[in-house]
Amino acid sequence: MLEVSDIHSFYDKSHVLMGVSLEVRDGELVTLLGRNGAGKTTTLKSIMGVVPPRSGRISFAGTEMTKMKSFQIARRGLCLVPEQRDIFSILTVEENLQIAKNKNSPWGIPDVYKLFPKLNERRQNPGNNLSGGEQQMLAIARALVNGPKLLILDEPTEGLAPVIVQEIVAILKDIKNTGIPVLLVEQNINVCEKLADRHYVLEQGRVVYSGTQEEFAANKAVKDRYLALQTN
Amino acid sequence: MTLYLFQVLNGLGLGMIYFLIAVGLSIIFGLLNFVNFAHGAFFLLGSYFCYQVVALTGNFWLSLLIAPVIVGAIAWFAESNLLNRVYNLPHAFQILITLGMALVIQESAIMVWGTVGKNIAVPDLLQGIVQMGDFAYPIYRLFVISFSAVIALLLWLLLERTRFGALVRAGSENTEMVSLLGVNIFKLFSITFGLGATLAGLAGVLAAPLRGADPFMGAEILGIAFVVVVIGGMGSFTGALVGGLLVGLVQSIMSSLWPPGVHLMIYGSMALVILIRPYGLFGRA
Repeated sequence: MLEVSDIHSFYDKSHVLMGVSLEVRDGELVTLLGRNGAGKTTTLKSIMGVVPPRSGRISFAGTEMTKMKSFQIARRGLCLVPEQRDIFSILTVEENLQIAKNKNSPWGIPDVYKLFPKLNERRQNPGNNLSGGEQQMLAIARALVNGPKLLILDEPTEGLAPVIVQEIVAILKDIKNTGIPVLLVEQNINVCEKLADRHYVLEQGRVVYSGTQEEFAANKAVKDRYLALQTN
Repeated sequence: MTLYLFQVLNGLGLGMIYFLIAVGLSIIFGLLNFVNFAHGAFFLLGSYFCYQVVALTGNFWLSLLIAPVIVGAIAWFAESNLLNRVYNLPHAFQILITLGMALVIQESAIMVWGTVGKNIAVPDLLQGIVQMGDFAYPIYRLFVISFSAVIALLLWLLLERTRFGALVRAGSENTEMVSLLGVNIFKLFSITFGLGATLAGLAGVLAAPLRGADPFMGAEILGIAFVVVVIGGMGSFTGALVGGLLVGLVQSIMSSLWPPGVHLMIYGSMALVILIRPYGLFGRA
């Protein structure tokens, strides 16, 4: 499905991604792990054309996307749920969904209200009246009505209460079961191990580990070296 | 008393024309995030195109339809071929290029129509006055007020009740997220710029029978439009409406109370608003 090969991305002159390669296959949920500043969000932004890579290739379903603009990439079915959620605060919940609505999506607006009943209660509320959890739900709902062929999530459980995290994990499982591949950036390893088929670990702009869930679960050394808090 | 009623009505008409200009300036600033210095020139083009259509066909109604559309088309073309090249550059470049456009339009108007202003007659249907007791008021001015009010209502519905309007509002907040939803943001920019210019052109047509067309009306109205937008708040529809009416009323009432102080009071009211609400009456930080 998605193939990223050897991309190099920059913020002005600072070289952030130094040859990242990864792959998400049909129906897979793949996580991208790593410490803060490892380049996870930049990798997602490069895939979406927000920070276009200066070299390397990105293709999706056989189509080369490296030179495409964000909206063209989004139209091919890559839907990003950004880290800041980026809910439109002056639009109502309903309007946030309406502007994202794509008639080819398997999810209509009533469907996502069924999935997130809280959003239904708040449909006429403006985005800036929502709690963090509700904003995250709306961000995921917005991506679903947009018709994802690959769903990309940047730390969806960050800063949320444990109950809400469970709810989000359940929803992600449901989404995965529909067969839509997911690329997930997440700090919460428990969440990752519950959901993922495969993992990639980034460190200083490079992929330093990749493996299946079974391999990763058994490999304490990788977790200690790249993911545990450094205590020195 | 009738004198004040007369001036209030004048102020409302003037204010609605100011609203039509300022609302486009304000929406363009909100979405495209730059100040369009060519906006006054679109008003000027509206008036001259009105003059030209009336001179050729004798039909004011035709000009009311055609002139704003041509102005919008010119603005659309300029945005999608010239302005779109400077969006990634610092603000100074956008000011430079729109100011340049304003000067090119102004000088072109002088070349085509000369430096002396042109008069446009009030259409036959709207000539004359309405008489109510001892109070008389020109029909055309009542038409300007009611016609602009209808346009304002349609524009409000467009911005608040349609997907296009929601996209414009969403884009004013976060253009990147809008394009991540698969929306061609560049097309949205062009349409919005064209729409704003069409409204300025429409204001030019409505104002033409009242004040004529002259080559310097663009620069003059741009100053007023800035005041309206600063008073109302950048990017706000309601702000442009309230600001436009406020400036129109101040200008009209002061011109009978204390004519030399008209401009002082307009800028004074702007200063007062900035002191109390730095982002304007309806602006957001």
